[in-house]
Parts: sequence; structure tokens; C-alpha cells
Amino acid sequence: MNTLTGYLRQAGTAVRFLLLATVILGLAYPLAVFGVGQLIAPYQANGSIIKDDGGAPAASALIVQATADDAGTQDPNWFHARPSAVAWDPASSSATNLGPNEPKLVDAVTANRAAVAAAEGVKEADVPADAVTASGSGLDPDISPAYARLQVARVAAAHGLGVDTVKDLVDRNTSNGMEAFLGQPSVNVTTLNLDLAAAAAGSRPQQ
Amino acid sequence: MTFNTASFLIQVSALLLALAALHKPLGVYLARVFEGTTSTRPERLFYRLAGVDAGTEQTWSVYLRSVLAFSAVSILVVFLLQRLQGVLPGSGTLTGVDPWVAMNTAISFVTNTNWQTYVPETTVGIFVQMALLAVQNFLSAAVGIVVAVALIRGIARAKTDRLGNFWVDLARTTFRVLLPMAVVAAVVMVIGGVVQNFSPTDVINQATGTTQSIPGGPVASQEAIKILGTNGGGYFNANSAHPFENPNVFISLFQVFLLLLIPSALPYAFGRMVGDQKQGYTVAAVMGTLWLTSVSLTGWAVAAGQGTATAVAGGLGEGFEQRFGAAPSAIFAAATTLTSTGAVNVAHDSLPPLAGGVAMVNMMLGEVAPGGTGSGLYGMLILSIISVFIAGLMVGRTPEYLGKKIGPPQMKLSAMYILVTPILVLALAGITVLLPDVMTNVPASGPHQFSELLYAFTSGANNNGSAFGGITSSGPYLSTMLGIAMLLGRFLPIVLVLALAGSFARQGKIPTSAGTVPTHGPLFGALLLGVTVILTALSYFPALALGPLAEGLLQ
Repeated sequence: MNTLTGYLRQAGTAVRFLLLATVILGLAYPLAVFGVGQLIAPYQANGSIIKDDGGAPAASALIVQATADDAGTQDPNWFHARPSAVAWDPASSSATNLGPNEPKLVDAVTANRAAVAAAEGVKEADVPADAVTASGSGLDPDISPAYARLQVARVAAAHGLGVDTVKDLVDRNTSNGMEAFLGQPSVNVTTLNLDLAAAAAGSRPQQ
Repeated sequence: MTFNTASFLIQVSALLLALAALHKPLGVYLARVFEGTTSTRPERLFYRLAGVDAGTEQTWSVYLRSVLAFSAVSILVVFLLQRLQGVLPGSGTLTGVDPWVAMNTAISFVTNTNWQTYVPETTVGIFVQMALLAVQNFLSAAVGIVVAVALIRGIARAKTDRLGNFWVDLARTTFRVLLPMAVVAAVVMVIGGVVQNFSPTDVINQATGTTQSIPGGPVASQEAIKILGTNGGGYFNANSAHPFENPNVFISLFQVFLLLLIPSALPYAFGRMVGDQKQGYTVAAVMGTLWLTSVSLTGWAVAAGQGTATAVAGGLGEGFEQRFGAAPSAIFAAATTLTSTGAVNVAHDSLPPLAGGVAMVNMMLGEVAPGGTGSGLYGMLILSIISVFIAGLMVGRTPEYLGKKIGPPQMKLSAMYILVTPILVLALAGITVLLPDVMTNVPASGPHQFSELLYAFTSGANNNGSAFGGITSSGPYLSTMLGIAMLLGRFLPIVLVLALAGSFARQGKIPTSAGTVPTHGPLFGALLLGVTVILTALSYFPALALGPLAEGLLQ
């Protein structure tokens, strides 16, 4: 009996404690971080959105953008990102979660390799690993400089731009310095394709 | 993707230096919070509104009753409100969460596991994320810490039946420790690129013709406490691999630092509170040695890059984010499983088999290097008690720990503590393997299938929450069994720890004599390390041999 009333009294305290804590931790705290974020870093807080010439949102600098149609056929005009378990759609995010010895993964990697080699007109052996493997999020906008270099000739031809011009664009969208040392040199395909479109149209996108 | 060894070594060293620099000031602060006797004005108001009598201390059984009542109420509230999602604000078109998933998620977040059997993007809206899940990220972390504090008090005190007041400890830990640190961490994350808003942005790339709905949400505020409180439940399905949770390698490294921060400062607070700093240093040194060994092994296994698919791809890549690369992913994978965090910045399922195996061993060690917030320390203190008992047997001395006699009742409690998670993991995984219908939810082939299952129960029972994500655990059987693993894996140890704290507090203090086995210094540290590793190996070696070892060694 004593234990039961003890538990009931504790449960009453628990409910009140939880309710009060929710007001502070579940409401005031995220709103405060929201306020500070909008004040000191609105670009990042709102998703690193890049606007086009007309001022309309065109992309998030952090999220991959599909360059393939619904059937998965890649558009040869653009730089291609890595394979994605969620078809480059940020409505969801996922890895393939296939084990390193999984036959299904071996098949997928083999097929990706053949497709990339055919699209770029190179030998299968020249296709880098990141081009044939899906990222952990499915939304990774980055590729290796090697995979970017592989695509330069095709993209330059598609837009009637010089190979050196496109190489410059790749360099400008490649991480460097400390970021490249802690991680690895990477090329952001989302911003690269925006720069490419702007170069092709003879103008620069605004951030 | 190549493994940059120089970068790996520099990042590991930077982490160790940063933690070494901060563990003392933070440890001093933590000890002050737990030893404080005065309440601030807002705290007094909070206590009055919550009906907390801040002036009275509780016996161990009342303290435990408070822990259990608070956790039970939390589970019920989180479960019921998920079910009611459709009628709650901020949920958009989302409806009530499936009952099995809601049950699993409620247990998961209240036990500091944060196993996610749901896909956040399509299951939970801003209300559930912000008002339920993020709140439990704070409170479950605080519960772990206060249980450790109660054990420290039991050791530090003599001839009393009082261990402190759970509600006061919970409020102080939440509002004086976790909340201020989370605010700072969240702001740093926003500056680094983590989003904090309340609506998605529709974007149209006129050039490529791509249209997307870029997701929004209060991510930074949740991310900060997810990491700091060693929770690990992601705002998005891909967790810390998602660009909006972890936009670049700097934030990734910052997250590893944050998830190690509180657990690695608690040993200093422990040393200070028991009045013998050497005790704290010894525990911290053992944690650090285990951490460094495990991180190195993970780095080695990732660099080796075993796997037929990896060979066909010409290197690592599957499951890795290009913007992080191999070394930061290896460090993250080790740190998240050595604590009870379970956030991931790389798909663990696709890691080279031995790296996945090390991640499992990290959890099987009981997550004590440095472990979850609070749970890492109390796990290590139990292992210290077992070590001192074994040392006592070897040299024929009465086992004592910090002036407390380790008699049969204390040994029974400690031994039971050590047995809880291995029994849960091995029994539940063993039973499940025999159910062919359930195993269709574990689709991997070869030894990797058993690895996926073993990882799931290891993660659940040790309250980690990371997964070999190929498993589908949203069905009634697996969500229930994993729910049981999480629930018992969390609260049985807490019952035993608080009972032990109570039995210590009642004892007097035995003065140190020539016959006392010292529980500090390299000799005891080595013994503690050995006991930790051997207990884990004895419990889990056969299971590991069937999964990751079979897969890794048969290459």
C-alpha cells in the first residue's frame, strides 16, 4: 500500500516534471536556437539555399541534385554525382546498407562501372570507386576530383565550352586546405553544375 | 577513397588533446553541480511547479522508484503522443505512428538507445521530433548521469541511507550541464551548416530541370543534444551521414569531440567527489587506453578495406560520404560505439567486416570507453569492483573498494550487472535465428546475416542505437524483442547500481591499511583493462566467430 501510494506520488511528480521540461527543452530551446541562427547565420540555418539569377531558390549547396530522369538515365550535359539509394531525392535519405561481400552489391558496382565507363568513353579500370558506390546518405553532393576529371571532356563538349574553362570550374568547386586534409579533396557537384550553367549562359549565379 | 593515415593520426591526437584539456575544468564543474546544496530562483520555481521537495534526500529504493516512475511516465507519454500525431500541430499530413514502431521508439528514446526502427522523414513530424524525441535526448542522458552520481555518493558517504534527491539531480544535470552545453553546440553547428528552421524549401534548378523539396526542421537543436547526450537518434534517416545533420568534416570531428566530452569528464568528477583524484585518473586512463586501441583497430580494418564488393569497386566508397572520407568515418564509427551514442556518419553495414566487428566489440565491452553519459562511468566502476575482488582472491586479501567492503551482497549485484547484457544479446539473438519468418527481415547473405542480427541485439541491449541498417525491425516481433532488450538492458543495470550504491552508503569507511589492494595506478589499471577485455571475450567470442570474424577471416 505504501509502495503503491509512493509510486503514484512519484508518477505525479514525473508528469509535472516532464511537462515543464518539455516547455523548456522542447519549445524554448529550439526556438532560441532558431532565433540565434536566423540572426547570425541565416544562410546556413535555412539550408544553404543558392538562388538563381531571378532570385528564386535553385538548390541547396549541401544536397545532391538529380541529373538523371526517372528511369535513371543520366543527362550527358551535366556532371553526375555518385549513385544514390534514394535516387538523389531529399524527401528521404539512406544508404544501400549492403554488406561488403554481398553479391547484390557486387552486381550493382559492376553494373555502375560499366555504365560510367560507357558514358565517359573510358576504360572500366579508370573509373574511380566513388563513381560506382552509393553514399551513406544518398544525398552526398560530393565526388572525387578523379571522377570530376573523367567527366570534364564530355561536359565541356556538351556546352561548347573549352576543356580548360570547365577544369577551372571544377577546381573552383574542389575543397582544399584543412578541409581537404582532414577529409579528402572533393568536388561539390551541385554548385559545380550551377557554375557550369552560368558559364554556359555567360553569367554567374548569385549566392 | 583512400585512407589518409597522417590525417587519421592528427585527428585522433587532436581529439585526445582537446579532451585531456577539458576533462578537468568540466569535471570540476560537474562535481560542483552534484555537490551543490543551493538552488537558484528559477530552479526553486521549477521545483514548486513540479511538486519536488528539494530539501529531502532519498534512500536508494526511493531514488530508484523515482527513476523508474519518471521513465515509465516518459515512455507512456512518448508512445501515446506519437499515436496521436495526426491531430497534433506541426505534423503536416503525417498520421499517428504505427503502434509497434511507436512502442519501440518510446522505449528507444527513454532508454538513451535511440534505435530507429522508423524512417523519420516519412514517419514523424516537427512536433514529435521537437517536443518528444529531443526532450528525451536531454532527460535520458541526465538519468544516466544521475545514476552514476548516486553510485559515487554511495561510495563517498558513510553510515547513511541517503543518496540524494533524484528530481533535484535530474533538474540540475539537465539545466546546469546539458542545456547550456547544447545551446553552444547547436549554435556552432548552425554556423557550420546544420539547418535550424521550420519549413522545407522548394527549389527549381532551371538549368538541369531538377525540382526538389529541400527538407527543413529544428535539426541543429536536436543534433546538439543527440551527440552531447550520447543519444544518437538522427533527425533524418541517414543520421550524421545526412548533409543537414553533418555538413562537412569539421562538424563531423566536432561531433566526435562532443560525444566523448561528458563521459570523459565524469571520471574526474568521480575522483573529486570521492576525495581521491588518483582513482579518477586510473578510470580515465583505462577508458583512454581502450578508446585508443579500438580507434586504431577500426582505422586499420577500414584502411585494409576487405570485401569482394570493395575490391570490385576498386576501393572504399559504399556507405561512405565523399565529403568525409575514410579516416573521419573510421574515427566516428569507433567513437559512436564506444559511447552509447549510435549516431553514424558512415553506413556500418557496408564497413569492412572486421571494422564492423570492432564496432560490435566496442558495444559488447559494455560501452565503457568512455561510454554513455553516466552509464560509461558506472559500468567502469562495476568492473573496478570485480577487478578488486579478483585481485583480492589472487593475493588472499579482503576485497575493498575506496574504503567499502566488497562482501557477498556487493559481489552478487556486480556479477548480475555484468551478466545482464550478454544474456539479453545472446539469448534473444539465439532465439531469433531459429525463426525463419523473422529472418526474412534480415536479408543479408552468408555470415553477414548473423552479423546484422547480432549487431541489432548488441546495439539494443547496450543502449547504443546504431545498426547494420539492412535489417528491417519495424515488424511486431523484432520491435518487441528489441524493445525488451533496450528496456532490460537499461533498467536492470540501473536497479543493480542503485542497490549497490545503497549498500555502500550504509557501510562505514574502512581505513586504508597495509592489507588494502590499491585501486589506482598502472598495476590496477592494467588489471581493470584485462578484466574488461576478458569478460567480454568470454561472453561473446563464439557469437563473434559466427559473424564478423567468419566474414573477415575467410577472405
